[in-house]
Formats: sequence, structure tokens, C-alpha cells
Amino acid sequence: MFSLEGITTYVQDWLFMKFNPTLALAMECVIVILLAISLFAILGLVLVLMERKVAAHIQIRLGPNRVGPGGMFQTVADTLKLIMKEGLVPDMADKFLFNLAPFVVMMVGMLLLAPIAFAKNFQIWDINIGVLYISSVSSLSVIGILMAGWASNNKYSLLGAMRSGAQIVSYELSAGFAVLTIVVLTGSLQLSDIVNAQQNGWWIFKGHIPAVIAFVLYIIAVTAETNRAPFDLAEAESELTAGFHTEYSGMRFALFFLAEYINIFIVCAIGATLFFGGWMPLHIGNWEAFNHIMDYIPSSVWFMGKTFFLIFLIMWFRWTFPRLRVDQLLNLEWKYLLPISLFNLLLVAVIAILGWHF
Amino acid sequence: MFLKEYISEVVNGVSSLLKGMRKTGYYFAHPKEIITEQYPDNRATLLMSDRFKGEVVMPHDENNEHACTGCTACELACPNGTIKVVTKFEVSPEGKKKKAIDALVYRLELCTMCNLCVVACPSDAIKMAPNFEHSVFDRTKLTKVLNQTGSKIREGIE
Repeated sequence: MFSLEGITTYVQDWLFMKFNPTLALAMECVIVILLAISLFAILGLVLVLMERKVAAHIQIRLGPNRVGPGGMFQTVADTLKLIMKEGLVPDMADKFLFNLAPFVVMMVGMLLLAPIAFAKNFQIWDINIGVLYISSVSSLSVIGILMAGWASNNKYSLLGAMRSGAQIVSYELSAGFAVLTIVVLTGSLQLSDIVNAQQNGWWIFKGHIPAVIAFVLYIIAVTAETNRAPFDLAEAESELTAGFHTEYSGMRFALFFLAEYINIFIVCAIGATLFFGGWMPLHIGNWEAFNHIMDYIPSSVWFMGKTFFLIFLIMWFRWTFPRLRVDQLLNLEWKYLLPISLFNLLLVAVIAILGWHF
Repeated sequence: MFLKEYISEVVNGVSSLLKGMRKTGYYFAHPKEIITEQYPDNRATLLMSDRFKGEVVMPHDENNEHACTGCTACELACPNGTIKVVTKFEVSPEGKKKKAIDALVYRLELCTMCNLCVVACPSDAIKMAPNFEHSVFDRTKLTKVLNQTGSKIREGIE
């Protein structure tokens, strides 16, 4: 049976057999970096195409269908165009920060990749405070956005960046509470522990209604955190042209664009890990035969399937819901999501203490 | 009381969002609803609506006869001088003189497809055609003579 775990073990054994431990470790680092970068490139291409196709089908259109079979190479062509375009820097912009900002946003995405379990025992860094690490690092991306908005010397960019700051700071709270519910149920911050705790059923089924509510809150909050419609006030193309990346062009713009999709992938991967058991196949209690059949599907397929389902959900939101106004956005967080998530956390704590979950 | 209002607001909001998602989800799951026309590829099967106004044409029947009496009502109705009716007098076998058209000149580059000439025509001699591929390399090709060569007015139309 295909498994990524076997490949990594094989590569590691081979490296440690041929070279001394330090060199082998360094080579492993290089391999991981290359894999992460190529994953980013592929994800960017696939997710942009997926977004355009989903958008088209939701709006009763066909979407890209000229480049390659069914428009498969449309995003490749777009990327080539963006690479060849001139990257303009506005005259009065702060050159250093302007050039740094896309890389900051990109780097946050890369850092977040570390604790994600892509398959069984296929994880870059199984850190014991995984969930805390994720929630703290993901809030750094707002620095890159603020940097881009401030350095552009453009009122639209600045407004977009400020909105994005207000938005991320507020929605971080309910995302954090939603994540905490699962931490309370599991009793661990480590992602591998969280996945293993879902051996006999995913938390969204085991945690009763509070887990479902937490999942809904999580999806709403991360949609806001990744600055996507209906919360795309940071971009708000009808009011602020393109918000914080108005002045960006060429490859720097492409990095922002890529970072947006990488962030979507990462938040969906985390959501899949917390609520849908990550790479854990669909197990129901002690139906041995059923569980055994489900185990035959490779864990990487399970993980990717769940993640892409959540990505599709977020895209579905984007092409269905109208955009919120700034005051409505903050109302939604502070008057609705935050009280509900606090109450929900209390409920989950009661369930966890009394052991009512399966 | 406040709590009741609060909860009903949340429930209403969520249910209306779900209603919207149901609609878009239906469209996503039913590709046959797609209304995109892949135009240059489907030129052979392209169906234009009956009321589409692409250009003015003069229908001729199988005997190469049209219904235009040369009354110049269309020329008078046209707001921007698109139509020019050149008339002539035909002598019938009985020796009677009858007014008829020599040429109905139609200048497509001036036409705004306002349909006023078609409405003004008392004998329904002209109508709008759904053809929209008008691009040519030479501007003079846009000046068209609508009546075919050798055509004459149909019997019984005054």
C-alpha cells in the first residue's frame, strides 16, 4: 500500500547510511525546503485554477477553457506572464519595506507549514505546542499586510491595510476559541495527539453540537483572517481598487496572490486536522470491518480530500455571500461570534469534564 | 426578551445564508445550467433571439419579388440618414406609370438599430435580421443596396 511514511523512512535510512549524521541532517533540511517550495508552487497553480472553475460554475459560466484541455494550463500561463512583467515600485514608496512585505507574508505561510501532518507520520516538525504555534504565527501575517499598505504611499493601500489589521485582530479571538474547544476535548496542544485522539471518530461527530458550532465559528473566523470574501475588506476592489496590494505588480503581486491561497490551504488543513481528524480515515466506533476497509485508502488521500473539501466550502462562501461593511464586520465578531464562542467553550469544557463525548 | 431577539437574529441570518448557498450549490452541481456560448466554435449552431436587431434586410420571395413600394416612409423615419430610397417610374403594359424603387441604399455604419424604419414601413418590406458579424476591411462595403438586382414589387401591394 502506498504511504509517504515509507518513502521518508527509506530516504532517511539511506542518507544516514551514506553520510555522517550532520551532513545527512543538512541534506534532509534541503530536501524539506525544496518540497515545501514545490508544494507552494503547485498549490498556487491548482488553487487559483480551482477557484476560477468553482466561481465560474457557481455563476453558471464555464470559466477558463482555452489554454490546454479544459483550461488546465491557464494558471501556468498567468504565472509566466506575471514573472515576465516589470515589478514597479512607486516613486515615493519606502523601497525597503515595499520590497520586504510580500516576503513576510509568504514566510508566514511557510512557517505555518511546519506542524501540519500531511499523512501518517509525515510531518515536518511535531512540536508539542503545535496549536499554540499555529495561532501565534498566523497572526504575524498582518504585519506583512500593514507593511505593504504603509510602504506603498497610497491612501487606498493604507486604508486596506488598516482594515485588515482591525479584522485580523478581532477574528483571531473567535478562531482561537474554536481551536481551544478541540484542545479542551483532546487535552493536548500537539497536532499528532489531536489526530490520534480521533481514532474512533472525528471530533465533529464525537463532540456533539458544540463541536459543530465550533467548526462553523472556525470557518467564519478563518475566512475573515485570510481576507477572503465576504470579509475581503482589505482588498475591497470596488472601494479601494485592490487595497493593500494596489501598488504591487509583477512577481511581488504574484507572491501576495500566492500567499492568499497558501493561507487558505493552511487554515483548511488545520481545520481538517482539528475537526475532521487530519489524515485519520473515517472510523466509526468499533465497527472493525468498516474501519479496516477505510484504512486501505492512504492517509495522504484522506488529508488532501478533507482539506480540499474545506477549501471548496470557503470558495463556495466567497461566490455566494455579499461583502460586509466595516461596522457590520466588527459587529459580527464582537456581538455574535465572540459571545457564542465563549459560551460554546464553556459547554465543551463541561462535556470534557463529565466525559460526555464518545 | 433580548436573548430571544438575539437568537432569532442569529437563526435568521444563518438560514438566509444557507438559502443562498443552496442556490449556488445547485448551480455548481448542475453543469447543464451553464449559459455560456462558446461563440466562434458554435457558430453553426448559434441561436440568436428573434428580437435581436443586427441589421436591416429586405426579404425577397422565390420569384425575386419584394414588398417595397418606394414610399420613403423609412427614409423619413430614420433619425440619422441611414436609409436613402432611390425611386424610378415603371411603365406597365397598359401604359400606366407606377412609382417603384430603383435602389434602397442602407448605410450600416450609420445605423443605430433603433428599429424605427421597420415600424414606419406600411407594407412590411423591411425587417431586422439577427446577423451581427459585420466587420469588413473596407468601409465602402458597409453601404448596401437592400433590393436584389432585377427584383420587382410583388403583385397586389400598393
